Amino acid sequence: MTTTMTSYDPAVDAPKHHHPVYDYDSGPPVDRGKFAIWVFLGTEIMFFTGMIGTYIVLRAGSPEWPNPAHRLAVGITAFNTFVLICSSATVVAGLFAVQKDDMAALRKWWGLSILLGAGFVGIQAYEYVHLIDHGMTPNQDLFWSTFYLMTALHGLHVIIGVLWLAVAYVKILRGEYSSKNWVGLELAGLYWHFVDLVWVLLFTLIYLM
Amino acid sequence: MSDPNASSIRPGMGEPGTTRTSHEHHELGFIRKYIFSVDHKVIGIQFMLLGLVFFVLGGLFAMAIRYQLAWPWESMPVIGDLLFPNTGQAITPEFYTMLFTMHGTIMIFFVIIPLLTGAFGNFLIPLMIGAPDMAFPKLNMFGFWAMIPAVGCVVMSFLQPGGGPGSGWTAYPPLSTIASASPGSLSAQTWWLLALTWVGFSSMMGAVNYVTTIVKMRAPGLTMFRMPLTIWALLIAALLQLFALPVLTAASMMQISDRVFQSGFFTPTNLVINQINPEGAGAAAGGQPLLWQHLFWFYSHPAVYIMVVPAMGLASDILSVHARKPVFGYKPMVYSLCSIAGLGFIVWGHHMFASGMNPALGMTFMVATMMIALPSAIKVFNWLGTLWGSRIQLTTPMLFTLGFIAMFIIGGLSGIWMAATPVDIYIHDTYIIVAHFHYIVFGGSVFALFGAIYHWYPKMFGRVMNETLGKIHFVGTFIFTNGVFYMMHQLGMAGLMRRTADPYDYESYAHLQPLNVFITISAFCLFVWQIFFVWNFFHSMFWGKRVGRNPWNAASLEWEAPSPPGHGNFDSALRVYRGPYEYADPSVEEDFLAQTRDIESK
Ligand code: HEM
Ligand SMILES: [Cu+2]
Repeated sequence: MTTTMTSYDPAVDAPKHHHPVYDYDSGPPVDRGKFAIWVFLGTEIMFFTGMIGTYIVLRAGSPEWPNPAHRLAVGITAFNTFVLICSSATVVAGLFAVQKDDMAALRKWWGLSILLGAGFVGIQAYEYVHLIDHGMTPNQDLFWSTFYLMTALHGLHVIIGVLWLAVAYVKILRGEYSSKNWVGLELAGLYWHFVDLVWVLLFTLIYLM
Repeated sequence: MSDPNASSIRPGMGEPGTTRTSHEHHELGFIRKYIFSVDHKVIGIQFMLLGLVFFVLGGLFAMAIRYQLAWPWESMPVIGDLLFPNTGQAITPEFYTMLFTMHGTIMIFFVIIPLLTGAFGNFLIPLMIGAPDMAFPKLNMFGFWAMIPAVGCVVMSFLQPGGGPGSGWTAYPPLSTIASASPGSLSAQTWWLLALTWVGFSSMMGAVNYVTTIVKMRAPGLTMFRMPLTIWALLIAALLQLFALPVLTAASMMQISDRVFQSGFFTPTNLVINQINPEGAGAAAGGQPLLWQHLFWFYSHPAVYIMVVPAMGLASDILSVHARKPVFGYKPMVYSLCSIAGLGFIVWGHHMFASGMNPALGMTFMVATMMIALPSAIKVFNWLGTLWGSRIQLTTPMLFTLGFIAMFIIGGLSGIWMAATPVDIYIHDTYIIVAHFHYIVFGGSVFALFGAIYHWYPKMFGRVMNETLGKIHFVGTFIFTNGVFYMMHQLGMAGLMRRTADPYDYESYAHLQPLNVFITISAFCLFVWQIFFVWNFFHSMFWGKRVGRNPWNAASLEWEAPSPPGHGNFDSALRVYRGPYEYADPSVEEDFLAQTRDIESK
């Protein structure tokens, strides 16, 4: 019968002295980190789906909705959107460079991406200061409520993205990447493209429609 | 890292199906080993201790709730002086509101979810798939440490004026967003929301890690359909967390914004609460309180499955081992888990029938909810099929698992019935609901958790828990659980509403007090009875019977590792030849055939 438990026998049951190092790869043939980042972006999609869904519901349920052009500096933000799109392009250029082991170009493109990203945050901060100066705060109406929360949460993602790019930049300077090992850069890049894509959606919804 | 081979093992960079092995030797200090550990087993046990400590706190809150419901406004022994010096030791209505709010919050977000996914997810996933650790051990550590700010926020919420949040675990606005609505809606509610956000971070990091580990780090030969059902269940629960939880996080951000920046997401126009009009007080309005309910339940219905799906997995594994028989219908078990999870995303409206909705929509939610009963029933029948003609060993883990099945049936049946809109409109927010979900969360998840603790304890600590004490623990827990929750069905049928400090104010409910006294006494007994568990748990850690690697003669991978497994888990890389449930296989002498045993090439 199986109810009798085997008791402890050091010869069989004790851990072996040297603990082993081993690893497997199963599942789809992609890098683990890349797999994980896609899973993570899935949750991010749901996060912004919640936000955008809320915006649509509140806007559709309001008797009237102000014309964004009358309230926001659409031109400046359009330029800011352009800045962000450029930063995505420079990240891609950096990834091309690393595959050719062109480290000088990689440093250049990556550094430029960080500057563009930081520039986006700067312009957005300027926009906030300007609006708040004119009394346009979240407690004014639903337009401002949704505007601030959505842009601020997106801005937080941009800030995290800039920090991520910066950490990767330090690793580039330390020579940690090459054409044989650049997954780390790709992960940062994927996140960055995602953040940019979300901005294009938010810009269209909040500023243009 | 003295071994030159060690550096050749780069996680995640090999070809699919490859195995690489070498040996290294290093010692970690106490802090790195037990406090800021990156080892999945230590992190799992950290989650377990956190969960158990909060279990006591949440339990104490429940006892206070029960005291008030049995003997309303009577002075509380011992703690009355401490907490209520101004009301003659009696509870206050605000305090009662805080109690049930925090009871629910703690039990769900700090007990059940951390115990199931945090403790058992962490401990079992690498061991059951033969892996040395999680895919991202550091991320795993952050996952646990994100619970600490969450705990901090809970503590802060108690210290606020008003004495803790009070809008229920569901936090419906405007009660939760308008400060004048109740004392609990002062700053305490903001801390409550922050606590939830931190729990969300923790779960998200864990879930990304679990999914990646399960998909990418299985031992060679361990195909998806050879995985133990526990692993399937944890995978599916992780997916539920990944796709449902961010919506709650977004909604919490909106509520924080409404509270801190006076935005108007959930504040309707012309609202007046306690003579105060939020718009007049400078807040935005025009928002929709119902929107919160949708967002909240879009997360929280899947969340109730996060709370039960892993329990179903654990129960399936325990059942098979202690019935010495393969799980009946393995693939239907997997598919039913998947369909429960899928359907779980489209039924949230069954919590909102009474809030009002388009009847066509209500009908859709009703039908979808009833459809969940189908995969749930498949699971129940397959458990029964597993028991049919098996050799049941009535060990403590088995007893708790049988308890799980019995009570899940009761809770599941009341679920189908209350999903019918006309029924629900009558019973919504009565004690029927409380009975329903406690049958599932306590009778189901907690029983499965107890079973799992007794079952995997020898793997965690190298010793078994005492069987006699375990059985005593089971019998009392089973009887008193039913004493508490079965009777709540009666209260609910009589119309007694939940979340009310003194229902006997209404004459029509006054006759229900004796039943409530009975429930309260059962609840006290249930609480005190857990001493058998606490004693057994800690005593066995040092003085329990020392056992070998595989005390239950189980076939799955975790039992190949030493007990407790060292850093790196197994003696060497594994190869898997079959599924995890090969019991009573005629081709071998023993009554179990381990997943790693190669009988062909012998
Ligand atoms: C057979 C499947 C199930 C069905 C058909 C079902 C149905 C329902 C319905 C219709 C309600 C709403 C009642 C009301 O508030 O008026 C409800 C409430 C609830 N259910 Fe279930 N349920 C099922 C399984 C579960 C499971 C597995 C869990 C948890 C592990 C669970 C936990 C809850 C909770 C916590 C509530 C109450 C939430 C609250 O208002 O605080 N249910 N269920
Ligand atoms: Cu539900």
